[in-house]
Amino acid sequence: MTEKIQLTNKVEAINWNRIQDDKDVEVWNRLVNNFWLPEKVPLSNDIQSWATLTEDEKLLTMRVFTGLTLLDTLQGTVGAVSLIPDALTPHEEAVYTNIAFMESVHAKSYSSIFSTLASTKEIDEAFRWSTENVNLQKKAQIIESYYHGEDPLKRKIASTLLESFLFYSGFYLPMHWSSHAKLTNTADLIRLIIRDEAVHGYYIGYKFQKGLEGASEERKQELKDYTFELMYELYENEVQYTHDLYDPVGLSEDVKKFLHYNANKALMNLGYEAMFPSTVTDVSPAILAALSPNADENHDFFSGSGSSYVIGKAVNTEDEDWDF
Amino acid sequence: MAPAALADRQNAEAQEPLEFTDSNLIYFSSVSENTKRFVEKLEMDAARIPVYATEPQLISTAPYVLLIPTYGGEQGKRSIMPQIMKFLRHDVNRANLRGVIGAGNTNFGEYYCIAAKRIAEKCNVPVLYTFEIMGTSEDVLNVKEGLETFWTPASQNRQQR
Repeated sequence: MTEKIQLTNKVEAINWNRIQDDKDVEVWNRLVNNFWLPEKVPLSNDIQSWATLTEDEKLLTMRVFTGLTLLDTLQGTVGAVSLIPDALTPHEEAVYTNIAFMESVHAKSYSSIFSTLASTKEIDEAFRWSTENVNLQKKAQIIESYYHGEDPLKRKIASTLLESFLFYSGFYLPMHWSSHAKLTNTADLIRLIIRDEAVHGYYIGYKFQKGLEGASEERKQELKDYTFELMYELYENEVQYTHDLYDPVGLSEDVKKFLHYNANKALMNLGYEAMFPSTVTDVSPAILAALSPNADENHDFFSGSGSSYVIGKAVNTEDEDWDF
Repeated sequence: MAPAALADRQNAEAQEPLEFTDSNLIYFSSVSENTKRFVEKLEMDAARIPVYATEPQLISTAPYVLLIPTYGGEQGKRSIMPQIMKFLRHDVNRANLRGVIGAGNTNFGEYYCIAAKRIAEKCNVPVLYTFEIMGTSEDVLNVKEGLETFWTPASQNRQQR
């Protein structure tokens, strides 16, 4: 960590009254309105539920959350910050500072979960595990090496894959507990993180595509090849990591489906076609339901599954500007 | 509003440039163009709701399906883009609407594709299909085949019943 962090060369006063890219304002507003802190989630209601987990399940949960803490720390202190010097507009820079801060909030929120549920000894052991687990360290190192690299668009690729793919081996577990009515307040908090990561992945992926505009066909091909190579490299490591963590509880196969499903979404955020066919992305319905707790069923009128003809009744229409 | 000012506004609205379309598929896509990419993969005639206020207003002259994304939406507020609202404020555009297809991201949980669901509810038409981001090849196939069946006379008669 002796190298100097690259900083933006020239700073001009940011003028929010002169906008070059409306997406910057739209995403800024989205992020500001989505702002939250872990203190608003009543995590202590999960203490009783935590006590019902087996020792193996507790250990798994602690490890999953320290793994997520490491990724959020990386994204908050290096990842989002490393994107600032290449920003196309001053407002894009401001959005990255928001993303960086929110990642730090995410990282801190895992500590809130730990301090609510676990003993100091268990917490320390989980953090020690995170520094020793080969696959976890490897994924952080792969991403970090690109953040320190020279190519601004490759940094955005690495960042989008982190935001939209690498978190999900971890996010699976709280959704799994939630589908068994366990640690439901923790799951509420994780859902807030999942929502934030969607906006981050969408925005960084969009800026990547803006950066591709006007690039030569050769350069476009290079970056596409690079994206898929990096995805494969990270994917292989994720599979190992998944087996490491989830084999003892027998969930690895379903977690892998969740990985495939989210890998596709990460690629789409970068403007590329999905890679995994639907035969390997069929995540268990319980997990999908845990992602959207109050949503009605998935709409597919075309498939003729009768009840989907229902017109979204559960939705409240309070949009103030929704008057004809 | 003073009568003179009101008359001015009505005049301005009346003079707004219009563009007419008989497409059976009308969509909105922001500058990130995820939805546009999906529509291109359908290889169907489709009209795009203008992104910028300076472009002519789109007016539908035939029954159509609306395909639109949802941009997050904090607690579902402001989930429908203003351009889509503006389009639907034209009575004829609501009258010709037969169904809605939503693009979104399940990361938004219960607000997944909320814009499509709200429009469907408000206009009393079904949500036909939902997909994520720019859709997988399977989504493209489902919507392509689904729309072809949807527009057959038999299917249309069944819905009018």
